[in-house]
Amino acid sequence: MIPARDDHDVPAGMNYFRRTRESLAAYFSFLTVLLAVLSLVGCGKNEPRADITIINGAEPESLDPAIITGQPDGRVVGALFEGLTRLNAKTATPEPALAERWEISPDGKMYTFHLRTNAVWSTGGSITAEDVVYSWRRVVDPLTASDYAGQLFLVKNAEEINGGKIKDLAALGAQVLDPYTLRVELVAPASFFLDLCAFRTLAVVPRATIEKYGDQWIMARPLPTSGPYTLDAWRIRDKIRVRKNPRHWDAANVQNEVVDFLPVESPNTALNLYESGAADIIWDKGLVPTELLDILRKRTDCHNFDYLGTYFYRYNTTHKPFDDPRVRKALLLAVDKRRLVERITRAGEKTASHLTPPGMANYTAPEGLGYDPALAKKLLSEAGFPGGKGFPPFQYLYNSSKVHEQIAVELQQMWKETLGLKMELRQTEWKVYLAEQSKTNYHLCRSSWIGDYNDPNTFLDMFMSNNGNNRTGWVNARYDQLMRDANQQTDVKRRAALLREAETLLIRDELPIAPLYFYVGVTFYDPKKIEGIYSNVLDEHPIYTIRKKR
Amino acid sequence: MYFFKRALYLIPLLLVISFLAFVLVRVAPGGPFDKERKPASPEIERNLKAKYHLDEPLWKQYARYLAGLARGDFGPSLKYRNHTVNDILLQGLPVSLSLGFIAFGFAQAIGIPLGFYTAVRRGQWADYGGSFLALLAVCVPGFVVGPLLIMWLAVKFHWFPVGLWETPWHAVLPMVALGLYFGGKIARLMREGMLNTLSAEYITTARAKGLRESVILWKHAFRLAVLPVLSYSGPLLADLLTGSFVVENIFQIPGVGVFLVNSSLNRDYTMVVGLVLLYAALLVVLNLLVDLSYSLLDPRVKHE
Amino acid sequence: MSDRTLNGRERLTPSQRARRRFMSHRVAMASGAFVVALILLVLAWPIFSHPTFAPHLPQALTWAPDKLNDAQFHPPSAAHWFGTDALGRDQLARVAVGARVSLLVGAVGAGVSLIIGVLWGAISGYVGGRTDSMMMRFVDILYSLPSIIFVIVLITTLEVLVKQWMAKIFVGGAPEAVRLLFLFFGIGAVSWLTMARIVRGEVLSLRTRQFVDASRALGAGHAQLLFRHILPNISGVIIVYLALTVPSVILYESFLSYLGLGIQPPMASWGSLIADGAQQINPIRIYWWLLVFPAGVLTATLLALSFLGDGLRDALDPRANR
Repeated sequence: MIPARDDHDVPAGMNYFRRTRESLAAYFSFLTVLLAVLSLVGCGKNEPRADITIINGAEPESLDPAIITGQPDGRVVGALFEGLTRLNAKTATPEPALAERWEISPDGKMYTFHLRTNAVWSTGGSITAEDVVYSWRRVVDPLTASDYAGQLFLVKNAEEINGGKIKDLAALGAQVLDPYTLRVELVAPASFFLDLCAFRTLAVVPRATIEKYGDQWIMARPLPTSGPYTLDAWRIRDKIRVRKNPRHWDAANVQNEVVDFLPVESPNTALNLYESGAADIIWDKGLVPTELLDILRKRTDCHNFDYLGTYFYRYNTTHKPFDDPRVRKALLLAVDKRRLVERITRAGEKTASHLTPPGMANYTAPEGLGYDPALAKKLLSEAGFPGGKGFPPFQYLYNSSKVHEQIAVELQQMWKETLGLKMELRQTEWKVYLAEQSKTNYHLCRSSWIGDYNDPNTFLDMFMSNNGNNRTGWVNARYDQLMRDANQQTDVKRRAALLREAETLLIRDELPIAPLYFYVGVTFYDPKKIEGIYSNVLDEHPIYTIRKKR
Repeated sequence: MYFFKRALYLIPLLLVISFLAFVLVRVAPGGPFDKERKPASPEIERNLKAKYHLDEPLWKQYARYLAGLARGDFGPSLKYRNHTVNDILLQGLPVSLSLGFIAFGFAQAIGIPLGFYTAVRRGQWADYGGSFLALLAVCVPGFVVGPLLIMWLAVKFHWFPVGLWETPWHAVLPMVALGLYFGGKIARLMREGMLNTLSAEYITTARAKGLRESVILWKHAFRLAVLPVLSYSGPLLADLLTGSFVVENIFQIPGVGVFLVNSSLNRDYTMVVGLVLLYAALLVVLNLLVDLSYSLLDPRVKHE
Repeated sequence: MSDRTLNGRERLTPSQRARRRFMSHRVAMASGAFVVALILLVLAWPIFSHPTFAPHLPQALTWAPDKLNDAQFHPPSAAHWFGTDALGRDQLARVAVGARVSLLVGAVGAGVSLIIGVLWGAISGYVGGRTDSMMMRFVDILYSLPSIIFVIVLITTLEVLVKQWMAKIFVGGAPEAVRLLFLFFGIGAVSWLTMARIVRGEVLSLRTRQFVDASRALGAGHAQLLFRHILPNISGVIIVYLALTVPSVILYESFLSYLGLGIQPPMASWGSLIADGAQQINPIRIYWWLLVFPAGVLTATLLALSFLGDGLRDALDPRANR
């Protein structure tokens, strides 16, 4: 066999050398093009730096007040569009915005708002009661598909229109009495209705622009805005720039001219940008690397504050053995929550024994279960699983994130050591996690909730039987009744008592969920350079009060 | 002739790819509109789906998509509902293209010389040292190199900015972070190609003829040695051009690389299919160019 | 002819010559030894924590990889040679356990790349023409589909089904293994594509050479031409790219872990440890041991594999005359 050897005939003459020259020429021209491209990077971006640059969290999905749900979205929308009321920067209580004053009927169901006569769109033209009614009708219109339409359900007929039972949008309980007067009729008295009026979803949007441009109306230029700023530029994944609206009724009190919002998703990137001075403020809780919190918390530019959010996990109460309240209680009693907040989250969170966070207006929550391993063992035995024998292995569902994973591993360890139970971790990505949670296709599932407004209802109404956010399979007629009665109650004290009773049922007796800790907000900014940011439980920071110190 | 025949394949190829991507992304559980907070009524979910035609049968949705494609419209983004896919791509693509191109150049600029050098000095310390460097580059992923570069060169020494994309200076660290890994691979492939070619008989012939060593290396060996690198460069460039998820994330660069991953995770159907089409088109064109250059560099290759 | 001696010197068969060449390559031998030692260590690791052996070994070798303790973020010390992480887990144990997964991932990726990739590329390049076009278009199609969504779909749609199926077959069967299986499948599916492309390019360039015509004239069939003549000539490129495929798939798995799609906790792999370690890099305080040790071990292993590959390449080179 002739072994494999290769052979080669060199092509003759000039052909050969020309080809070589060609390839070398190609290579060098390529390098030239490369250098040209390099020099063009960032060309045409000679914008002056904004007065304030804020790292805002994830890129907003939309700036349309009717359809946004995320907090980063809300912060930008709050600058552009305003509602009847707005939340005070310091106290987070409602104060007049587009509405100058209002009257409330004795039964608490009828509100009459008197709008400011000097409120105009940024492009000119008055903002009238018609605009307000149009905006609200748009929110409840099922065709707009607004996720937060539920915020308007206090208004008469809103729920029916949104559910398709009433076809006529005009049936909404908000009527125009005259160009600057609006009457709103509620289905039940609600002390927090004025807070709701400050909510993003209820902000006033420009009818003409929306009717002309449809879905892409935010991209129309010029964009009429009702709030203290106009939209200068929105480059996705790059920045959102807003500029002071000189026509705004409160323009005199707006403390800055141009503000940039940067969409950053990685905590280390955010920290780098902030430390190098490319950004002035970081204000998204998720953007803080937890390992560094022990050092960061000691710095003067790190501002912690309590806010209305709770981290808990859900039980699937339809899945044995989690249908037994004793089992549910036993598991929670075996969790040392202090260990979780000290070792993993480290922002100085308070452990939670109840669902509604502390700091809620006019309400004191009942105490739930603490850390009691002995009682946990006893309850587990009573339920028929002494020492964990016979307890089927179960799964803990969570979405992929370092903190959730670490907490899950700790819980796994705690239940194994104290109760002898075998728990498996089930990590999925976000959409799968949501899908599984919706279908109640889990055993235990990590969860959290952030309050939309400063009232216990925003946390407690979730667990009524017909609420889509329940997702535990827990149905309790008494709880439903208590919640319904509470929301019909006008007397503040009696309402608080009813809510308290409902919450006791939730977190001490029945326990379809197990609260772990309350969120702590973290904001970074140097108090020697920036002022005008005030901490409050809603993490609400209107940007018109922020300014750089001279 | 060959070029045209290959180019004709582009259309049915892209159709197949678009269909596959279309179906694949819809099979995954979870939808684009699933949120932590459930909307207040099932009516809303129904309306949302109806608005974007997600309740129609698959073939109908696809037909609708193709009709839009014929107009050059990739559809609205399902996640960023105020933007269309066209908008987002138009904004991000120039950035990703320039970053990818620059990183490609960097990878070639360090890879080819390093591979060449280690092959020529084969078996000596220079070879082991150079190979070590190349392999080190291959072992350290972008999400380690990037933060390390930022930490040392940007934060500690302030030689470069920590991120964003505003001046040519901002491009240097991302270029290195992105290109280093590929540079290492290219160095290894180049070395291999050179070793292969150098042991060929025509080189011995050339040496026997008395040609200078540098002439041998450059005029004879290099052209053929670079072929494996070329084969690798096609897919490499496509990867780089559509941006790198990791580097764009770490350096906060407004390109489309982030969307390649995030759109899948967000179930942004239209975005996924749009990006896949873009990527596929680039890939096919680049591979075609690479194939053509085979015959330029190696006269023995004939394409039928 | 095939005489055992020629000119008085003993004549060896090609494989004997190859072995001799390999053994004289010192660096390759050392690398080979390293890889073998690593594999043995990894296999033997669980024994270290066994009660009969544990008292005789330093404590640092006997930690269980998923045991939490209060020693959070401890730097390397006598008790923990590689330090501990956020939950107090010993990193040496995690790296040792992670080696199993990573080496398997690397092996699967390399295996798929070698078998499917080389075959596909060789056939495509050899046959040429329309078949070549079709085959390469198929590669292009697979290449352009985002592998992330492919992995997601694979894992989410099939995982539950396969878990149930496996639970029936292997009573109490490890559910984590299912996720691993899908990862292998997903990784394998993408790792052969570029190899196919490279091999095809080389074969295309080789098939028109005179030695091929000569062999054909002598009556060699297509298969013989491909496997005995053409492929050995490109064995170098294959081996080098194979050695590059291993880090590529391990880092791809690392990337998946970075996104949360990779190995399920509490299992670890070098890739997931590196992904975690990468999050530690910041200008304020770095727990460097969380990154340096997994990355260092990975680099050392890959260096060893590459030099081993170089040795193999030299040994198998048909043009060597020794």
